[in-house]
Amino acid sequence: MQRKQRLSRNTAYFVPYSLWILLFVIAPVLLLIYQSFFNIDGQFTFANYQTYFSSSTYLMMTVNSVWYAFLITLATLIISYPTAYLLNETKHPQLWLLLIIMPTWINLLLKAYAFIGIFSQAGIANQFLSFIGIGPKQLLFTNFSFIFVAAYIQIPFMVLPIYNAISELKPSYVNASRDLGATNWQTFSRVIFPLTLPGVKAGIQAVFIPSLSLFMLTRLIGGNKVITLGTAIEEHFLTTMNWGMGSTIGVVLIVAMVIIMWLTGGSGKRHTRKGLTK
Amino acid sequence: MTQRRFKWRNLYLWLVFIVLYAPIIFLVVYSFSKGDTMTNFHGFTWSHYQDLFADTRLIAIFLDTLLIALLSSLLATAVGTLGALGINNTTRPVTKNTLLALNNILMVSPDVIIGASFLIFFTALKIPLGFGSVLLSHIAFSIPIVVLMVLPKIQEMSTSLLDAAADLGANNWQLLSQVIVPYIMPGIFSGFFMALTYSLDDFAVTFFVTGNGFTTLSVEIYSRARQGINLEINALSGLMFLMAMVLVIGYYFINQYSSRHRTNVRGRRK
Repeated sequence: MQRKQRLSRNTAYFVPYSLWILLFVIAPVLLLIYQSFFNIDGQFTFANYQTYFSSSTYLMMTVNSVWYAFLITLATLIISYPTAYLLNETKHPQLWLLLIIMPTWINLLLKAYAFIGIFSQAGIANQFLSFIGIGPKQLLFTNFSFIFVAAYIQIPFMVLPIYNAISELKPSYVNASRDLGATNWQTFSRVIFPLTLPGVKAGIQAVFIPSLSLFMLTRLIGGNKVITLGTAIEEHFLTTMNWGMGSTIGVVLIVAMVIIMWLTGGSGKRHTRKGLTK
Repeated sequence: MTQRRFKWRNLYLWLVFIVLYAPIIFLVVYSFSKGDTMTNFHGFTWSHYQDLFADTRLIAIFLDTLLIALLSSLLATAVGTLGALGINNTTRPVTKNTLLALNNILMVSPDVIIGASFLIFFTALKIPLGFGSVLLSHIAFSIPIVVLMVLPKIQEMSTSLLDAAADLGANNWQLLSQVIVPYIMPGIFSGFFMALTYSLDDFAVTFFVTGNGFTTLSVEIYSRARQGINLEINALSGLMFLMAMVLVIGYYFINQYSSRHRTNVRGRRK
């Protein structure tokens, strides 16, 4: 009797949730793959994949996109690791962490918009450059500005997993390493860094995948000079209306995502993206 | 020596901190500037805020965004909570892990993929693009975060509690409404808040599925920002900054409440 009751309870719970999984998780991905086999006139074809893998434009775009995502991730990592490390040494790490995460609650578009003002011809960044004697430069719509703004937006998402890894590191390991005569650098490269590597990997995963698809930044800040996979998908879906080709690039992006997740290990826990979920 | 090193550390943290906040403060400061560029501060004025409140189109978009956020997070919370209960009730580990993996797909997928695939999906089902499609998308991408927030709360709940209620003659509905839901309420609240911020923050998915007639705040900011500087957006960012603060503080208090609640329960158990 109780088993039966439990079973009926199960199905009742599951109806809306299973519907969601079917309709909004499985179906859209399958439809995207299905769509990638159709050309702009709605005929079944492999031409999209052929075009993609034989056209130097598409291949160069993909390489560029991965390269920029790599640069963004590297810049973010270089800034975030020391930040996370130093956070852990402060008296109130939770408070500092909250302050680092808070900017993620501000709409991304507004942050991008702020940089349009900061990097503009007579903006505050150029005023500063003139002040220190370098003179004004074209900052907005350059590759540099794209990487800078993307890294700016992603820093909190990198700091959080690294901080979590560092805060779990037992200080006794560090002490043991020092007692055994290791220098600071040896302690860091042989003990601290390897032990916090899972956090670094989680951070790379949280930053690299979105960096492949930040189309709004390439438009607003990069001035269409940088074309990422995300920009190409947006272009094909909403401007040229070639959904087949757009879906093909989408499939490539999904494959790239799977490879990155495989390299960085474990299922993505991007719910840390919003922070504060601890 | 140690004293000096300590200062260097703080300097680095302060620098990161300043870089993170400078653009946001910059935006808000210029919302009070006379003139219409973000270059020199021309003196204090409220005029951009007056423009903002006189802009009925923008206010309508703001209300639409809020409506979408509230409706989608309410529905996502309901579906997500039921889903979390269902996942918790599964007996075989394989089923559970598969469900959790499926749950996480929308969390790791890039926004562009979610947007594009939802666009194909809505078009295939002939669902008109607009309010309905945006609402459905927001519900869809908010459900997994609700599940992830509620699930730990359910797992924390001891089964003897449920058995006791069932032995005392509670039917399914009473079990759910009077035992389970009150217990996991803090998790449900955090899920709701996260869903709310996901919905308010989203740009990319909405941009794909919004069609021509309907706009949310993020999409509107994007199209205005593409046309260049407009200090009305700065005023808007001032207001949204305030709103984000309110949300953060609200979330902080809910967390405080739930951790206090948890220690209470633990204390009683002892």
